[in-house]
Amino acid sequence: MKKNACLIPLYVWTAVFVLFPLAIVIYFAFTRAGGTGFEFSLEGFSRLADPMYLGVVLKSFKIAIISTLVCILCGYPAAYILARSRSRAKFIIVILMLLPMWMNFLLRTYSWLSILENTGIINTVLASLGLPKVRFLYNEGAVILGTVYNYLPFMIMPIYITLLKLDESHLEAAADLGANPFQAFLRVTLPFSVPGILSGVSMVFVPSVTTFVISQLMGGGKVPLIGDVIEQQFRVVNDWHFGSALSVVIMVIVLIFMHFINRGDVESGTGNGGRILR
Amino acid sequence: MKKIVLALSAVLCLLFSSCGDDRPVVKVYNWGDYIAPGVIDQFEEESGMRVIYEMFETNEDMYTKIKNSNNSYDVIIPSDYMIERMIAENLLSEIDMSKITNYNNIDAEYKNLSFDKDNKFSVPYTWGTVGILYNKTMVDEAPTSWGALWDEKYKDNIIMMNSQRDAIGITLKYLGHSLNTTDAAALQAAKQKLIDQSPLVLTWVVDEVKDKMIGGEAALALVYAGDAVYCKGENPDLEYVIPSEGSNIFFDSMCIPSSCENKDGAEQFINFMCRADIAAKNAEYIGYSSPSTPARELMGEAGKDPTAYPDITKYDLEIFSSLGDKTKIYDELWTEIKTSIGV
Repeated sequence: MKKNACLIPLYVWTAVFVLFPLAIVIYFAFTRAGGTGFEFSLEGFSRLADPMYLGVVLKSFKIAIISTLVCILCGYPAAYILARSRSRAKFIIVILMLLPMWMNFLLRTYSWLSILENTGIINTVLASLGLPKVRFLYNEGAVILGTVYNYLPFMIMPIYITLLKLDESHLEAAADLGANPFQAFLRVTLPFSVPGILSGVSMVFVPSVTTFVISQLMGGGKVPLIGDVIEQQFRVVNDWHFGSALSVVIMVIVLIFMHFINRGDVESGTGNGGRILR
Repeated sequence: MKKIVLALSAVLCLLFSSCGDDRPVVKVYNWGDYIAPGVIDQFEEESGMRVIYEMFETNEDMYTKIKNSNNSYDVIIPSDYMIERMIAENLLSEIDMSKITNYNNIDAEYKNLSFDKDNKFSVPYTWGTVGILYNKTMVDEAPTSWGALWDEKYKDNIIMMNSQRDAIGITLKYLGHSLNTTDAAALQAAKQKLIDQSPLVLTWVVDEVKDKMIGGEAALALVYAGDAVYCKGENPDLEYVIPSEGSNIFFDSMCIPSSCENKDGAEQFINFMCRADIAAKNAEYIGYSSPSTPARELMGEAGKDPTAYPDITKYDLEIFSSLGDKTKIYDELWTEIKTSIGV
């Protein structure tokens, strides 16, 4: 009984900050502005049937998946090296990795613009060496770069923390049983760190699939993602119903996606590390 | 305990510095970076009132806030079509022009405009045109037509304005329509034109255009004349042109919302802003054109700059009018354009 009473703040919090806003979004998604007020309508969803929106949804997922994969490829070795390192500087390296996160998100992204733009740092150096300038910005690659840069620490940290928990004796045992270091990695370390990877995937994939700031700055409005379309409905064209319908559809797709990821987590057998959803 | 309470209330008092300040308050809601530094201090000193100053980014942002929030403002500075819409929706209060003694500083040609025919609700603050800002070192010949923004040879060298009415409006002008048309065929043609243009466009921005053009990122950009004045001041290679097909002329005017709480203060503020020295200071700082000849005379050369003060009789310039219930058509069109780009 007492235990339940302690949970009341949690319930109140969830109701006020999760369920209530969610209910508003769902309400708007299934209504439209009629003559006298809001009336039930599926108009928002039927507009989605236009292949144009499907194209944007596919592209958002494509960019998010690529960004997540790049984050794994870059983040795993970093986390591994850090976790295995005996260096005294380890703590400082972790701090350095987190340091950019303490800066404003917009500022970090803007600084990429001044590095990559046509008159930016890299192109100025190229030009002074007599080399041709390269257009880095305002394409899908730039959006992926921005996403990877901003979310990479969210991939490194959970993997790092999982790997820290790996007992050295497991690896020694693997070596005693005749595994070379590569086999030991594949058969011991990697499976052990799966929860960390999955946790990282959720933390990178979900925000990247719905981002609109990065695609606007790095993509210059030329790589519209689903987040941009939703943002536009709320801020510019004032169609909250269509915006909500889009949000609901994305939420459902992401939920399905996360469900499979979490199932993978359970199946990997060690799943106590990184589950976002249960 | 008592000490803590005292200390806390002292801190709170500092935080809400209005404590003990019983000056009457005027709440002003203006565009970002749209007033000269020091002007508000000067008004506070001279009037003995306190100004709460807030900023918005687009007319639509401002409108949503006035319409939906309990926050009341005493002076707002919307543009033409938004003033028309707000008058129609009874969101504006009539201004007592007899209290705006500096109103005669405003030139007659900027009064009684289409959006406020009897001049009851608005006092012009600035005006301007929309045109092409180009970098003389990066174009072969000076552009004279909107067609330059669709010219293949400027691929990746064109910056478009990420603003619904402006982008669609100039496209309609280019295609020979009125920029207030609600004709479905004309609007579909404009939409297609903008989608066709997208491979040539470097980026879609609003305020960032200034830094990019000054830095030489692109050859051509769709800009407001006021921003062109600023950019030309920073980079002499830049030049501004109003294309021959005609363009938009806009007015940002001071209005009093019907929900205002200090109408007398609002009128004093508007009157102050119309004073020649203040209007000159503002126009000089923000670069947008002043509707006041006495102010322009105080500005010297800047008051004669042809970018800010073109001979408007030479061009086919239209004022945006409120679209009323047709706004939704534009909204959907804009969503389709912005979604189709790059897909």
